[in-house]
Amino acid sequence: MPLLLKLLVQRIALGLLLLLTVSGLIFWGTNILPGDVAQSILGQSATPEALANIREELGLNEPALSRYFDWLGGLVQGDLGTALTSGQDIAASLGSRLKNTLFLAFWAAVVAVPLAIFLGLLAVRYRERWPDKLISAVTLASISVPEFLIGYILMYFVGVKLGWAPTVSMIHDGMSLGQKLSSIALPVAVLTMVVLAHMMRMTRAAILNVMQSAYIETAELKGLTSFQVIARHALPNSIAPIVNVVMLNLAYLVVGVVVVEVVFTYPGMGQYLVDHVSKRDVPVVQACGLIFAAVYIGLNMVADIVSILANPRLRHPK
Amino acid sequence: MSDALLKVRDLKIGARVYPPGEKPRDIDIVHGVSFDLEKGKVLGLIGESGAGKSTIGLATMAYGRGGVEITGGEVWVNGREILGTSLKDLRKLRGTEVTYVSQSAAASFNPAKKIMEQVIEASIHASKFSKKDAEARAIDLFTRLGLPDPETIGDRYPHQVSGGQLQRCMTALALCPEPDLVVFDEPTTALDVTTQIDVLMAIKKAIRDTGVAALYITHDLAVVAQVSDEIMVLRMGDMVEHGTTDQIINAPKEEYTSDLVSVRSRKHEGKPPSDNPVLTIEHVTARYKGTNFDVLHDVSMELHAGQTLAVVGESGSGKSTTARVMTGLLPARDGQIVFEDRVLSADLKGRARDDLREIQMIYQMADVAMNPRQTVGTIIGRPLEFYFGMRGAEKHKRIDELLDDIEMGAEFKDRYPAELSGGQKQRVCIARALAAKPKIIICDEVTSALDPLVAEDILKLLHNLQKREQVAYLFITHDLATVRAIADSIAVMYQGRVVRYGTKAEVLSPPFDDYTDLLLSSVPEMRLGWLEEVVEHRKMESAGN
Repeated sequence: MPLLLKLLVQRIALGLLLLLTVSGLIFWGTNILPGDVAQSILGQSATPEALANIREELGLNEPALSRYFDWLGGLVQGDLGTALTSGQDIAASLGSRLKNTLFLAFWAAVVAVPLAIFLGLLAVRYRERWPDKLISAVTLASISVPEFLIGYILMYFVGVKLGWAPTVSMIHDGMSLGQKLSSIALPVAVLTMVVLAHMMRMTRAAILNVMQSAYIETAELKGLTSFQVIARHALPNSIAPIVNVVMLNLAYLVVGVVVVEVVFTYPGMGQYLVDHVSKRDVPVVQACGLIFAAVYIGLNMVADIVSILANPRLRHPK
Repeated sequence: MSDALLKVRDLKIGARVYPPGEKPRDIDIVHGVSFDLEKGKVLGLIGESGAGKSTIGLATMAYGRGGVEITGGEVWVNGREILGTSLKDLRKLRGTEVTYVSQSAAASFNPAKKIMEQVIEASIHASKFSKKDAEARAIDLFTRLGLPDPETIGDRYPHQVSGGQLQRCMTALALCPEPDLVVFDEPTTALDVTTQIDVLMAIKKAIRDTGVAALYITHDLAVVAQVSDEIMVLRMGDMVEHGTTDQIINAPKEEYTSDLVSVRSRKHEGKPPSDNPVLTIEHVTARYKGTNFDVLHDVSMELHAGQTLAVVGESGSGKSTTARVMTGLLPARDGQIVFEDRVLSADLKGRARDDLREIQMIYQMADVAMNPRQTVGTIIGRPLEFYFGMRGAEKHKRIDELLDDIEMGAEFKDRYPAELSGGQKQRVCIARALAAKPKIIICDEVTSALDPLVAEDILKLLHNLQKREQVAYLFITHDLATVRAIADSIAVMYQGRVVRYGTKAEVLSPPFDDYTDLLLSSVPEMRLGWLEEVVEHRKMESAGN
């Protein structure tokens, strides 16, 4: 399969190039931020000599380009640098945070993706009838309400009034999986509601598009039931657009959870990032930015690869 | 009569249409059609588009395509009335008792699934056969239908087999569950004439071997004459005539039927070529961008003022590519195009506007060759502005003249393409080409998408316009009947080469080369037993070799 291989290699190379470009943008972006790192570390009362010393120490007087390559060189070896404020190794403290964020995103995806696709199939099966309209209305309503508001509403009713789930989602390594899951039940619910509508509507649209095809008529004339026609004959041909949207939303689950993590005081990347942005801790912000970008680019690359692989013409050339 | 497999009584079918800017309204497609079909018999349904053929065919499965609805009458299959039954019972009938073969197998096979899986799906769904038995049956059918590698062809995906093979796979799909009735809906229309003959024979043999009854739907009377026992002629949802195949072909009672029978008999005396051609293509070789093989090899031909050069061949033979090279859309790699003694730039971009004006095109799909949001007046007026700078009253006068030329009249000026019939759309495209006052018009399969009687009128119009304007036509077609009706010279193309070239009389008289012989003998003739004769003849020839 030389053509297939060529396409895949091209796509992966493009992803890496994109990541490199983004790293440059992040570095440049954090450098033009207003404010002075030295000043924010030492506070308003610092003497000019102390500021100059710490700048020298942090290497802030070096030209930007050489600092960029130093930083990039470290990245390639897995060294994200040290946090300015705490002096800790960023990779180490980020590691457990990232693990927690991925844990939350994973379980949100496990709930949201199959649910969205199933609801999409259901909406197609009963298109233009009340189940379709109900699904559309509910999912659209849930995406339209800001996620922090959904968070607080769920917290108040499900957490406080009914007492079904904890309102604060603290997790640590000593907890069992069951305890962890029960702890993140509410943020998972919020995230699911946020990403559901987009994936559901894309599934519906992609499948409806395929439903116009002649082979759907063939399937109907074979005496298959409507749901069999949709699931067996329409879905396999709508994989590419659906996977694209699913991946975009998975990326959002990792990158966009900042607000939800803060609302539920969940010890993930989002909180870590927000903390350090307010402290103007540039190396940490850069590291977080790069990881978010890598997740985004990586998942979209996976979506493209799946789309390429889902095409039988590329998978089985003549 | 009572033991008929299929009984259709006073079948009425309607649909709701949504004309733009108007209220939806209901129209009738079929007004009360009745017929019987006995076990093992084949009934041909014939008529132009809009006659209701496919709609009737699908009604035997109680299926309405799109917004089509069966509004009245009865359909009895195996002694059961099916229009009143539940969807659940219908599903038991569809795909097992009655099956369907569509015009385009390429579109009707799911591109994401293997052929075998799709061929046996209905049998397994209905629990008629086990997976193993169904597969064995499918392989048996693949063998009978003359498919290559019957054991393994089912493991391929639809895009991995040719159009003719896929159409046979579709027949296998329909026959696999041992149905009582198969509806063949134009199963060979989309195929090349040389492929059609094999598929036609395979279908006929399969029908005979399995003893299945069939409805054979087509617009081509010569084709249906080969496979059916009886023929029913339909027109605009009404039955015109119903009789044995012999009676319909040889002694049609109705005028409309005799029109259909005689439509192919149009003759045209070919003119000899003049001394100086208006355009010559000299030793042209071409390939598409990004590929590394030539699609045209050393192609040469001449166009003469007031004459028609027909380019014939099957799909992929390079007919349309030759036209693209002529217009400069695809620059030739080698060779040249000479127009009135000067060499034209190979690339479109290197040609002067006046050179572009001299070569105009008319396409197969008039539908997509026009901007749906422009009126007929705007469409025809555009070349007048572009090439001659015409404005205002002068332009409108010319548009009116052109509309007269295509026998439509000025009242069509404000209509949109969607408000025209297929034939009228093609006429507008002809007017648009004529508006540029070209010396050459390339007609690319301009009648292929039209019904025979409409196509006949378009050919007449083209012929009359040629006599008056002395324009040269490059007429691309796969239909040899059309060639006979319009050509002065003929170029036969095969795999990117011109295999035979000359005046019509030369090309169509023996001795033939192998490919031209195959092509000519594959054109269905409107007489009974033609198919068997040809197949028998070929068998003997190959045995002789």
